[in-house]
Amino acid sequence: MATLWNNYRYLILRRVTQIGLMFLYFGANAWGWTLLMGNLSSSKILGLIPMSDPFAVLQMFAAGAVLSADLLAGVAVAVMFYFVIGGRAFCSWVCPVNIITDSANFLRRKLGIDRAQGFRQPASRNLRYWVLAMSLVISAIMGVAAFEFISPISMVHRGIAFGLGFGWAAMLVIFLFDLFVLKDGWCGHVCPLGGFYSLLGSFSFIRVLHSQEKCTLCMKCKTVCPEHQVLHMIGKESLSVTSGECTNCARCIEVCEDDALGFSIRKLVKK
Amino acid sequence: MSEIKTKREPISDRRKFILNMARGAGLATMGGFIWSAYVDEVTASSLLLRPPGAIKESDFLKTCIKCGLCVLACPYNTLLLAKAGDNKPLGTPYFVPRDMPCYMCPTIPCVPVCPTGALDEKSVTKDEKLDINIAEMGIAVVDHSSCIAFWGIQCDACYRACPLLGVAITIEYSKNERTGKHAFMKPVVQSESCTGCGMCEKACVTEKAAIFVLPREVALGRAGDHYIKGWDKNDEKRLENATSKTTTTEISKESAVDSLNDGKGLY
Repeated sequence: MATLWNNYRYLILRRVTQIGLMFLYFGANAWGWTLLMGNLSSSKILGLIPMSDPFAVLQMFAAGAVLSADLLAGVAVAVMFYFVIGGRAFCSWVCPVNIITDSANFLRRKLGIDRAQGFRQPASRNLRYWVLAMSLVISAIMGVAAFEFISPISMVHRGIAFGLGFGWAAMLVIFLFDLFVLKDGWCGHVCPLGGFYSLLGSFSFIRVLHSQEKCTLCMKCKTVCPEHQVLHMIGKESLSVTSGECTNCARCIEVCEDDALGFSIRKLVKK
Repeated sequence: MSEIKTKREPISDRRKFILNMARGAGLATMGGFIWSAYVDEVTASSLLLRPPGAIKESDFLKTCIKCGLCVLACPYNTLLLAKAGDNKPLGTPYFVPRDMPCYMCPTIPCVPVCPTGALDEKSVTKDEKLDINIAEMGIAVVDHSSCIAFWGIQCDACYRACPLLGVAITIEYSKNERTGKHAFMKPVVQSESCTGCGMCEKACVTEKAAIFVLPREVALGRAGDHYIKGWDKNDEKRLENATSKTTTTEISKESAVDSLNDGKGLY
């Protein structure tokens, strides 16, 4: 039991927050709970504290919408929050799509699809920044928040709270895409929201720290990491994972049997 | 067959760079057009009824963040968020009056909760107080051919259901020539008062509602600033906005007298 907790504690906590948040949103619509109302695009905590998706608001700005003070306050709260705890902490601790892509990734490893595919990835992880730029360009041209009208993320979290409709199809598409087409396909290559939080997270405080002297080069961390390029220092140098693409999911910390990885606060002053 | 190339010439770095840039630009263009076409399709639906206080549809689509706080605030479950597969602009709030009309809460709970201003409190505020009666969600339209009151059968279900009783729907009396002794009592929607709440549509007794709500910009015409109610001093002010445009044709570019005398343009 203790080893189970030790090996999966962050995973369990992440699933609890992800499912718990969705449950609170669902409860707000179904039973009138007021703890957390709305959805991940914009919500009110206790009917008081606003929180808004900064990327959605950025698209609205590009589309030429007049941004209200309420909305900007919500953006400020969200940006401050993710600025501190790590930009892509949204991806691994909040976003419900993460559960879908993690399970696809898990199956991929168990079924050996990775090995069948020969580890050749047909797309670059920088694709997300292209999609991010394009969503702003299309928002500006079409005069609507472009990604919000196709976002499978919104279909899922809004669907859970307000009725899914055909949103399950979007979930299935992402699952199959990640399982059979591209490893870490949606979250690690395509999703512009992840790209946005990667950029925001480049400055975040809470980071994973690697101690090279403890590392035995088993490389379990790189196998389990959905953004393995951020772990370039493993076995080479004692460094913080400074890339914003790290989702702070902490799977690397759990799988490491040598205690060579752990959370730390980023050093504010460079050596 | 003697000159079979045994070795392919390696691509130069410069060529590789240019080709990769072209690939990126090409993919972005392709994806961009597919994406734009899709967005254009899904935002084209213009027959949706929005919550009270909604700003102009084109602005609404860019301002609404699709959070559903208005839906949560609605005590009657009138408002819905468009789901995937509904063929409506994804995630935006709307209502279907025949299923559940807007019951016009005096406190309009759905509007002040909007974080983005897509539902504009000012547009439903009169004398610094919220006033649902000035909301413009849509306008009721009567289909004369299926409304049984227009057949001569007595029915005033819509008239009675209207929250602005006797104001937004009035009854017009006229003689029923067919029987010679009965009256038609026809419902008439007053476009300046109707809020588009849809309680009439909900109440309509016909199989498919003979009175139904459409968005105002769909159902209403516009006379333009050239046509003025001369008997209305206020309406005359609109003349100031009127612009004039003269069209010139083959004949009209010369003076009328000339064209009559020299016979040009005539047989």
